[in-house]
Formats: sequence, C-alpha cells, structure tokens
Amino acid sequence: MELHLKAPTLSLADKLWSINWLLVALLCLIGAVGYAVLYSAAGGSPEPWAFRHAVRLAAGLCLMLLLALVDVRVWFKIAYPLFAFGVALLVAVDVMGFAAKGAQRWIDLGPVQLQPSEIMKIALILVLARWFHPAWLDDVRRPLFLVVPLLMVAVPVALVMVQPDLGTAITLITLGGTLFFATGVRWWKFALVIALVLAVLPVGWEMMHDYQRQRVLTFLDPENDPLGAGYHIIQSKIALGSGGFWGKGYLHGSQAQLNYLPEKHTDFAFTTLAEETGFVGATATLALFLGVVLMGIHAATRARSQFARLVIIGLSMNFAVYAVINTAMVMGLIPVVGIPLPMISYGGTVMLTVLIGFGILLSADVHRDMPILRYPRR
Amino acid sequence: MQQEAERLRWFKRRSLLLGAGTCGLFGTLVGRLWYLQMAEGQRYQLLSESNRVSERLILPSRGRILDRGGRPLADNAATYRVRVVRELTPDLPGTLERLGGLLGLSRERIAEILAQAQARPRFVPVGVREDLSWEEVARIAVRAPELPGIILDAGTVRHYPEAATLAHVLGYVGPVSEPELKGESDPLLQMPEFRIGKQGVERAYDPLLRGRAGLSRVEVNAVGREMREIDRSEGTPGQDLTLSLDLDLQRFAMSRLSAETGAAAALLDVRDGGVLALASVPSFDPSLFQNGISQRNWASLRDDKLAPMVNKAFKGEYPPGSTFKMMTAIAGLETGVIKPDTRIRCTGSIWMGSIEFHCWKKGGHGAVDLAQSLERSCDCYHYEVARRLGIDRLAEYARRFGLGERTGIDLPGERPGVVPTVAWKRATLDQPWHRGETLISGIGQGYVLATPLQLAVMTARLCNGGLKIAPWLVRGGERQLACCTALEPVGVAKEHLDVVLDGMFRVVNSPSGTARSAALHTPGVLMAGKTGTSQVRRITKADRLSGAYKRKDIPWEHRDHALFVGFAPHEQPRYAVAVVVEHGGGGSAVAAPIARDLLDRALQLDATVAASPRADEPA
Repeated sequence: MELHLKAPTLSLADKLWSINWLLVALLCLIGAVGYAVLYSAAGGSPEPWAFRHAVRLAAGLCLMLLLALVDVRVWFKIAYPLFAFGVALLVAVDVMGFAAKGAQRWIDLGPVQLQPSEIMKIALILVLARWFHPAWLDDVRRPLFLVVPLLMVAVPVALVMVQPDLGTAITLITLGGTLFFATGVRWWKFALVIALVLAVLPVGWEMMHDYQRQRVLTFLDPENDPLGAGYHIIQSKIALGSGGFWGKGYLHGSQAQLNYLPEKHTDFAFTTLAEETGFVGATATLALFLGVVLMGIHAATRARSQFARLVIIGLSMNFAVYAVINTAMVMGLIPVVGIPLPMISYGGTVMLTVLIGFGILLSADVHRDMPILRYPRR
Repeated sequence: MQQEAERLRWFKRRSLLLGAGTCGLFGTLVGRLWYLQMAEGQRYQLLSESNRVSERLILPSRGRILDRGGRPLADNAATYRVRVVRELTPDLPGTLERLGGLLGLSRERIAEILAQAQARPRFVPVGVREDLSWEEVARIAVRAPELPGIILDAGTVRHYPEAATLAHVLGYVGPVSEPELKGESDPLLQMPEFRIGKQGVERAYDPLLRGRAGLSRVEVNAVGREMREIDRSEGTPGQDLTLSLDLDLQRFAMSRLSAETGAAAALLDVRDGGVLALASVPSFDPSLFQNGISQRNWASLRDDKLAPMVNKAFKGEYPPGSTFKMMTAIAGLETGVIKPDTRIRCTGSIWMGSIEFHCWKKGGHGAVDLAQSLERSCDCYHYEVARRLGIDRLAEYARRFGLGERTGIDLPGERPGVVPTVAWKRATLDQPWHRGETLISGIGQGYVLATPLQLAVMTARLCNGGLKIAPWLVRGGERQLACCTALEPVGVAKEHLDVVLDGMFRVVNSPSGTARSAALHTPGVLMAGKTGTSQVRRITKADRLSGAYKRKDIPWEHRDHALFVGFAPHEQPRYAVAVVVEHGGGGSAVAAPIARDLLDRALQLDATVAASPRADEPA
C-alpha cells in the first residue's frame, strides 16, 4: 500500500460525508448535559456558568469540525516540532514556577491562558504515533527500539512532576502505556516496569523527610483530615449517596444547592449531576462517555495507516482517562487529584483541548483510507 | 504485506483488550455508584438531611403569676435585645469590639460574651445585652453592615409590677447557671435568652411556668445561613398561676411593716391554709437579677446584716416566747397534769434546785388559773406546767400544732424551727438535758425556735377546731390539693382548746389582758391573740438589779423580739396572723397593733369581696 506514490485526495464533500457524525452528536449531548448541570449548580440560572459553557461548546465544536477537515499528513508532519514546542513550554512554566516560588501551570498570553500540560497530552500522542508508525512488530519487540519512546514519555512526565502536577503525570504515563500496549509491546515488559517501580518505592519512602511523608499520606487518604482536604470528598460522597436511585430532582440537590459541595461546577460537577438525577442519570452519563470511547476504539481499527490508528486510539483513551479519573475521584475511589470531567465541568482550557483532540481524531478518521508513507520524502 | 497484516492483527487484538479494559473500568464506576446510591443510600440521605436541616428552639412565653383576684404579680414585657451568632461573623472579637463601642460595654463583659460564644454551638445566638433603649437600637441598626452576625430582635423580660412588695414570695428569674444545667434534659435551658426561676414561686413552680419549647426546622446552607423554614411547631406557653395571696393585703402588710427595721408577718385562712399575706422587710428589687446581677449589687445584698434577700416569714427562726404558752397549756390539759381550774401561785419567780427562774412581772401574779395565766402571760404558771410535763411530752404537743418541722409551704428554703427533746439535744449538741431547760422551754425560750409562718399555722390549728391545715400559696398546686382533700384532726379535746382560746380572747378583750389596746377597729368583730416578748440575750443578775435590760439604749441587736399571734373573728375564726418584729421590744406594744391592723384589713377586704362575686371560688 505504501508503495502508492501518488496519494489520493479527498473533496470537501467527501470529507464532510465521512465525518463520524454519530460521535459528534454524542459529544453535543454530553455538552448539553454539562449545560444542564451548570444551570442547576448556579441555583437555576444560566449565569454565571451555563451560558459561557454553551458559547465555548459551540466555538469548540466549530474548531473541531475545521480540524477534522485538515489532511491527516499535516499532523504526521508537525508531530516532532509540536512535541519539541510542548517540552519547551513545560520547561518555561517550571522556570517561572521557581521564580514565583510556587506551583505554576499556566502561561498567561493576555486574553488566553496556555496550559502546556494539556498541549503535551496531544503532542505526546502524536509523537509516539509518529515514532511507531514505521515500526513493524519485529521492531517493536526489540528493547532498544523502545528506548526513544520511553524517553519521550519520561521527559514530559518529569517536567510535569516538578510543577508538581501528579494528575497530569499519571495521565501522561497512562497514555504512553496505552500506545505501547496498542503497538503490541509484550506483557512481561509492562510487568517488569511495574515491578521496578514497586521495588524503588520503599527506597524513595526511606529517603523522604517526615513532612514529605505526611503530605503523601494525606494525599492518599484525605478522609483522615475531615476539616481540610477530606471535607471535599466526604461531602461529595454524601451528595452522591443521598441521590439514591432517581435522585433528589433537577435543581433540588440540597448538597449542591446549599453549597455543602465544594467545586460543584468544576471538579465535582458529576456529583451535582448524580445527586439530582440519581443512579439513573449518573449511569446514563457514564454510558455516553463509554459510547464515545468505544466509538473511538472502533474507528482506530478501521484506519489504514498505523499513525492514524495510534492517534485515534490515543486520543480516545485520553478522553477515557479524563472521565474515569474524575468520576472515580468524586466517588472516593482514588485520591482527589484535581482533574475535571471533560465537556461537563466548567472551564475553557479543558473543553478546548478536548475538542481539539477530537478534531484531530476525526481528521484521522476522515482520512482513514489515506496511506502515509513509511518513510516520507523530506 | 504480511508484516502489515500481522501488525494490524496485533493492533486489533490489543484494541479489543483496551476496549474491554475501559468497559471494565466503567463497570467498576457503575458498581461504585450502586454501592453509594443504593446500598448506602439511606445512610447518606440521613447525613445529607442532617447537613441541610438545623433545628432552632422557639422560646415559649413564661406563665404569669396572679393574685387571688386575678391581678398580675409577674408578667412578661416586650424588650429589645442584641445577640451575636458566632458562625455568621468572620471576626467575632472585632465585631464585638465595634459593638462594644456603640453600647459602652466593658472589656470584661466582651471577654465574657466571647467565652460564652465559644462554649456553645457556633450557630446558637449569644445574648450581648437586653433592654436596649430606642436610641441604642437605632445606633446598631445604622451600623449594621459593619456588624455581621449581630442580631437585633424583640424579646421579653420578666416584669414585676409590684417589685419589692412581692420579691420575697415570687422570687425572681435569671440566666441559667452551670449547676442548674446539670441533670436537666429540657433543651430550653440551653437557650441563652431563657430565664429560670431562682427563688420563691418562680423557682418552686418553674417547670409549670416555663412551658414547652417550640421547634422551628430550617434549611441551612454550608455556612449556616438559614435559607427557609421547613416547618414549625409552636411551643406550649407556660401555665398561669393564681396565688392565694391578696395583693391589697400584701401591699398593706409590707407598708405597715416597713416602719420597722426588720420584721415579718404571715396571715392565712384558718379553714384551708391559703396564705393571704407573707411579708418580710427589708426587701429587694427583683429586676436586678433579670440579666445576671452585678457583683457589686450582689455583694451589698448578701452582706447586709438585715438579710434583705431572706423571706423571714418562713426562713427566719425566732424564739417564740410567750406565744408558745398555748402549747404548754394544751399539753398540760391533755396529759392531765393540770385541769382548766388548776390554780398556781406566782410569787415572781420559781426555784429549781439552786436556780431561780423569774416571771416577767417582778412582784408576781398571785394565784392564777390557766385562762388567767394566758391573759396576763404569767411565766411561773407555765414553768410549773412544763416542770410537771417534762420536755418530751411538751414537744409532742407542740409538734402536733406544726412547730419544729417544716410546714411544707410551696416555696423553697423553708426553715424547720426547733422544738427540743432530750434526744434532740443529745443528737445535735451531744449534751444531756438539764431540767431547768424544760422550764424555759415552757415559755418558748431556750432552744425553742419557730418561724412566723409556723406560729400562724399553730394559731390557725388552735382556732379552727383543731384541724391540721397546712399553708399553701398556689391555687391548684400540689400543696393546696394535699392540704384540703381531708383535714386531719390535731387530736386534742375540744374543751381543752376552748379553755386556751378563752385565754387568748382575754389577752385582747379583758381589762387585765396584755394586749387590751389592740382591739379591732372593725365594728362588731372581736379578735383574740397572744403577745410574746422573746429574749435574744440572757439577762444577768446585774442587768436585773440595774434594770438596764429594759432600757432602750442597749444595742439594737441585743433588744428583745416582739411577737404577736392572733385570729379573728373570735366567734367564727377566719384569719390567723403571726407578726415578729426583730428586736422590736415588747410584743404588746409593737407587734400586737400590727397584727390588729392586718386582721382589720383582711376583714374589710372580706366585706368588699362578699359584696361582689368572689373571683377565686367557683360560682
């Protein structure tokens, strides 16, 4: 296939026809659920959150559809430069963070705030897909071949940890692992890495100061501190649990309406939803997210180029990681790490990066029959 | 080509595994949702409800206290007060500082409020000051934005229209103290604006007067602000109490006694024991205690030698003196050691071994019979009767008339008095009884002590045909019901009572009676009674020789107590009275006129009451 020197081109009509409109519809639906939650979180008002959420959603969807029309080879070409740019930005925020003597995750560009860690998630997926694109199974199974992609994961993870932003670091590791896994890296190599990490952990624990250990313990078990960090998760569980099967009724969630629920419009938006619509509404919303992820995985398997496959599955799993970490966090299954629920939580940056990601995903899907040279001409 | 096929096969297999893994994770999430919302849902619903709902108590209005004619003696008046809620102010000390500036609160008072606020739950309002003037209300209202958590509202204060006239009987209310809080489960006591009865009727009947708290369930948000009221159950207001007391008579008694330095009187209905007046001077202003009395005021009340806080009518114990002679006489007749016509010669003193016991009349009364001995208050006669009786038999009869034990009036703090016996002296003083002490007990001196109320009860039991009435204040109260269902007889022969009553009649109405100047002004009605002059200090032989013990210039606190007990009308006794004037001198000169005036007044009131329908009796 890759011997075709003359790549076929697609007309605009072809492209529009082959956009996965069902996926777009599911995303619109999730965005609409987000509008309803934010409307309720404001006590039954489009201000201050729901209206702006809708505007961002509309703008983000337009941007997503525009990106979907972009030739997939453009992503292939910019993968390395984009990754380099992303690493540079991470170094920049770390330096600024040292200068300000505090955690720094943003680069302020006047009207827009740039969050390098969000850019890095997409850049990492693209660069790994680019690296693995020419690799046959035999290449992947050579340990030396994996050294470079391991570094591609390790460098941004290290830079993010310095911020410190454990949530994003875990997301990046998960995404890297997903792509390694999808290319067919052997199980035992994953097992080896996990075993190594577990072996190193006690040594690291021994080297830590007491106050550092205390921080880790509070982080791992916030309910030990019911007035501080634990307050959030305790109130979130009360809100969720008191929703019952049918919920307390839309606009009638007492925990959210009476402000017992912290961050009810951002990180804990899912709790607001689950309190008011109960097990039924929460499960239905989770089903929407799962639907999007499964559609993405399905799209990946029908692409002709390895690059497109890896990009699509990587971006799908990025979305899945967001949703799973956020909901598991508000349900008290994992520590509070401060990751929002995409398309539902209030916040422009995350919605924008998620929809850009889906733009690239749709682009790769639209061009799923387009071959990409194993080693393109420079 | 084959490499591509193999790569795709692996990719599809791994994608399937990723898809399955994602489904597994979402399944876990749904399982967790099921656990939280279904399995544990009930528990979290309770927690959410307790988050949401806060219960606020509503203070019931305290029951009023009325006199027998329905006139208010204690009621509730509206007042403005300012309170602070700790949870509603970000900076409690700062807010109190600003408020203190507006109201002129002292630094100590601010510290006190701070401590109180810290000790109670953060949403409970704590009283800062009550009884604000209009000007102060306006000053706070204008600066309201700078005073978060400060609540201005209308409350009630206990109002005593008669103030000092009834302070001793009604008592007063005040903030709940720590010991009162212990062992009480009534949530009302937790409220800072609640006032509990501290003395008198207010304390004895506090559970009835306070009523039951209402409950307002309000929805509160995370910072404690009340969003709306969910429901409300009004409390039960406290019960109104009607006293047996007559306001006019009480006022009259207090003003009549107030000429004396210290005095007490009790006047009661001999038929049922209802107390119509219970007076004690000096008195105090009960409103001082409303918001907690200041240290200075408290110290001056407490340390006053005249004990203004003490209702001497039932807490003051005095040697009854000659008013006790009726007991000696009754005991003598009942045991048969004397007959009504037994005559005993009084030579001015009687010898007991080597000790001489004097009669108050230096030359003696000559030979007198029993009625004459009361009429002229001959001491020798009663020394002799007591000598024949022995102390224990004398005590037994005194007890039957209510002396030596609490009358059981429905007020706290009553004193029991003393009627000594051989066993009593052994138990309390660990000393043997001397026979001489029997003699002085016979004239109500020595160890014998009685409260004015006990003396009134004794008189009532003598003149009502020997029925064991007991005094009570609150109509429908336990004491009244206990008293009036079936009156037990004292257990004394009527002819013996009649002899003693004849003697008491002659005290007032015979030319040689000790209180002949105290006849009633009410036309056509006669009274009977007995004077008493009890020694506070032992009279020495030197005093007797110099005659100094009668002089007015000995110190006040060493002078004799003046006593009088009496009843009227003589034919059909209705009222019994006892008057004690502390260190007042002679019973006939000082106490008898007061008692006469009280009985007069009671009889006059009776006449006006008889002309109009009685308020206190069912038609």
